[in-house]
Amino acid sequence: MLSRVADSIFWMARYIERVENLARFIDVTQQFILDQPISTESPWRPLVQVTGDEKWFEEHYDGYQSTNVIRFLTFDRDYPHSIISALTAARENARGIREIISSEVWEQLNDLYHQVKHVEGTWHMNGLDEDLFQTIRSQCYGFHGLLDSTMSHGVGWHFANLGRLLERADKTSRLLDVKYFTLLPNAHDIGTTLDDLQWSAVLKSVSGLEMYRKQFQLISLPRVIQFLVLDETFPRSIRYCLEEAESSLRAISNGGRRRRDNEVRNPPEQALADLNRQLAAMDPQQLIRDGLHEFVDRLQSQLNDLGSRLYEQFIAMRSLEDLPSDSQATTLSPSFQSQSQS
Amino acid sequence: MTQPFSDYQVENFYDEIFEPSGSARIGARPLVQMLDSLEINELKDRQSAVDRALLRMGITFNVYSDEQGTEKIFPFDLIPRIIDAYQWQHIEAGLKQRIRALNIFLEDIYHQQEIVNEGILPRNLLEKAKSFRPQCIGLSPPQGIWCHVTGTDLVRDSNGAIYVLEDNLRCPSGVSYVLQNRLLMKRSFPAIFSASKVRPVVDYPSRLYETLVHLAPDNPNPTVVVLTPGMYNSAYYEHSFLAQQMGVQLVEGRDLIVKDKIVYMRTTEGFERVDVIYRRIDDDFLDPEAFRADSMLGVKGLMEAYRSGNVAMANAPGTGVADDKVIYAFVPEMIRYYLNEEPILPNVPTYVCQRDEDRSYVLEHLPELVVKSANEAGGYGMLIGPASTKEEQAEFAAKIQEDPRNFIAQPTLSLSRVPTMVNDHFEGRHVDLRPYILYGKDLWVMPGGLTRVALRKGSLVVNSSQGGGSKDTWVVASVSSQLETKSQE
Repeated sequence: MLSRVADSIFWMARYIERVENLARFIDVTQQFILDQPISTESPWRPLVQVTGDEKWFEEHYDGYQSTNVIRFLTFDRDYPHSIISALTAARENARGIREIISSEVWEQLNDLYHQVKHVEGTWHMNGLDEDLFQTIRSQCYGFHGLLDSTMSHGVGWHFANLGRLLERADKTSRLLDVKYFTLLPNAHDIGTTLDDLQWSAVLKSVSGLEMYRKQFQLISLPRVIQFLVLDETFPRSIRYCLEEAESSLRAISNGGRRRRDNEVRNPPEQALADLNRQLAAMDPQQLIRDGLHEFVDRLQSQLNDLGSRLYEQFIAMRSLEDLPSDSQATTLSPSFQSQSQS
Repeated sequence: MTQPFSDYQVENFYDEIFEPSGSARIGARPLVQMLDSLEINELKDRQSAVDRALLRMGITFNVYSDEQGTEKIFPFDLIPRIIDAYQWQHIEAGLKQRIRALNIFLEDIYHQQEIVNEGILPRNLLEKAKSFRPQCIGLSPPQGIWCHVTGTDLVRDSNGAIYVLEDNLRCPSGVSYVLQNRLLMKRSFPAIFSASKVRPVVDYPSRLYETLVHLAPDNPNPTVVVLTPGMYNSAYYEHSFLAQQMGVQLVEGRDLIVKDKIVYMRTTEGFERVDVIYRRIDDDFLDPEAFRADSMLGVKGLMEAYRSGNVAMANAPGTGVADDKVIYAFVPEMIRYYLNEEPILPNVPTYVCQRDEDRSYVLEHLPELVVKSANEAGGYGMLIGPASTKEEQAEFAAKIQEDPRNFIAQPTLSLSRVPTMVNDHFEGRHVDLRPYILYGKDLWVMPGGLTRVALRKGSLVVNSSQGGGSKDTWVVASVSSQLETKSQE
């Protein structure tokens, strides 16, 4: 597979995952507000915190009112990680690889883009359709479904899968970090209805409340962490995402076919294997003792490191001297990294 | 109920669907019958369904000057242009003849230049052709084929005769629209296809692939790629569509690298050798070492690799010289000289301004003529006499006198028309036709081609950049062959 194509397919999937996460966060927050006592501090602020771009927001907006936050997260083209920006980037990436993805995948993505673009132009006058974020979510699910069911699961698909899983792990960890930080200080809330509501909302934000209840019924902090970080079966838990990512990564160096060996073939495989070994050895109590925030910080930097290794291994323009043997990579343009969100 | 064509006027033009009397031409009868049974609103609904599909499928072209949308749908009109099998035979034979002659011409001018030595083509015309590439002198492309893919522009005058307007031997575009238009038509009017016995065009991508593979005869499993300038090129959709349909990689210049005169592409698994390149980049930008040094799109060393026979390219570099509008005027002579045959399809009568008597005629008759400069395309750099102002005519007169070599003139043709939907009725709009010809093991002409239509009332300019749209083109079995199949049933 062409390096440029691998890069585009990875980012296409990653951006759509980002769009879906944003739409879900907004949707859940809208629902959450309906259940909330009037006095609570702005429920929209944590959404901005999850992006890690509070400073940018505060420089460009005059407060955390719902319209500001929704505009920021959905329609702000100056903000590179808004829904419309991510969608535009996903589409530009897809446009460059139309011959690789199936027509169905392309049309789904193109359709979603035109829909959101249409609302972008009209919501000032008409207000926002309540179902918009639901629609975006289900269109994103449609995208992933088409990707999985209309495209051969070869190298290209595995790059897409890698993109969306790494984005998902990243978003779950950020969400947990922010919620942990904002929810924990109110010690007197622990065990109250509000606390239960808040954590329920967190679980809903990753579409995980029902699955959580099946496993644990009642909400408690260690269990929530067990579920979101360490669970082996829930598709948005960090561990699940990274283990699946590892499996796709290993398939990539095997021409797209799944591997059963234990061999480590390249630096990114090494990084991801190490990360997964650490997660497998963790328990939630210890994680809380050592500090969840520190854990997320470490995880973020490990994921960034993985991103650079992926770039070096598969994307970087190698110099002529390496030809035709293919040894040390020379980085000329850091595009794998440059598209990434810090 | 108002029938769609009840107030349709053929006027003083050749209409591709209706006889001057107003009755449908033979090949168009099943279509007209079917359309007559529809309400105009039904047709409008289908037209807007098609427009939505085009947007959804992202079948758009990029407009360089437009910063906002940058993407536009290439408008598609539902009423097809219909050519019966008998006429098509004539066109097909004429195109094959022409391409054979042009291919020999290219081989000749980059080698012995006999056509010049014998005084049939004046030497200065050849040497002053901007698209003549000294870099290609002595080149011998694989299998002796220069022009693998050609998109010849044909027009029909009011007397019904077909003329060749232009030969496009560089990177003719538009074939993807032909295939997508057909797809949309089949969805819109499934029943009418079998009734009309429309010849299929769907095999174009596999034929193109065979044409390309033919260039690497010693390799049982050659790696073929399509080389595009990138997604901001106006024909990018077509490049990606063709790569997808052929199942080959679409590459940009930055994906390729040349070492020891061998071309490789950069993949996630290292470097992979490339054997055949269907290039959709103009000569100028192909290789900064051989052509324009400032090209960011090309591949350094590509021409060396090509010259060494380590990679094949379609079309061969240097073919653009045949697109020069002055050289065009000599194609009938080429056919006589190289093939010893009379041209089957005539050129549009052409005045070569370098010739003194032609030039004085042109200068005296500017208001009736179309003047074209030798190297411009896309409807730019031309004067359409009847639609021009006195100032524009004076401007062109000065240009012609200053550089006569660079201009030709032709009578203004009264292009044929096809009914086209305008709001809630039909009006005639002028069309041309671009069939695509592949030169591989054999010469193959796609049945039909791209019918471009000037959507503005009265306009003769069909280019997409200037308000043109497209139509499906049907080559239909003639009545006699329809009767034959009937009697066999």
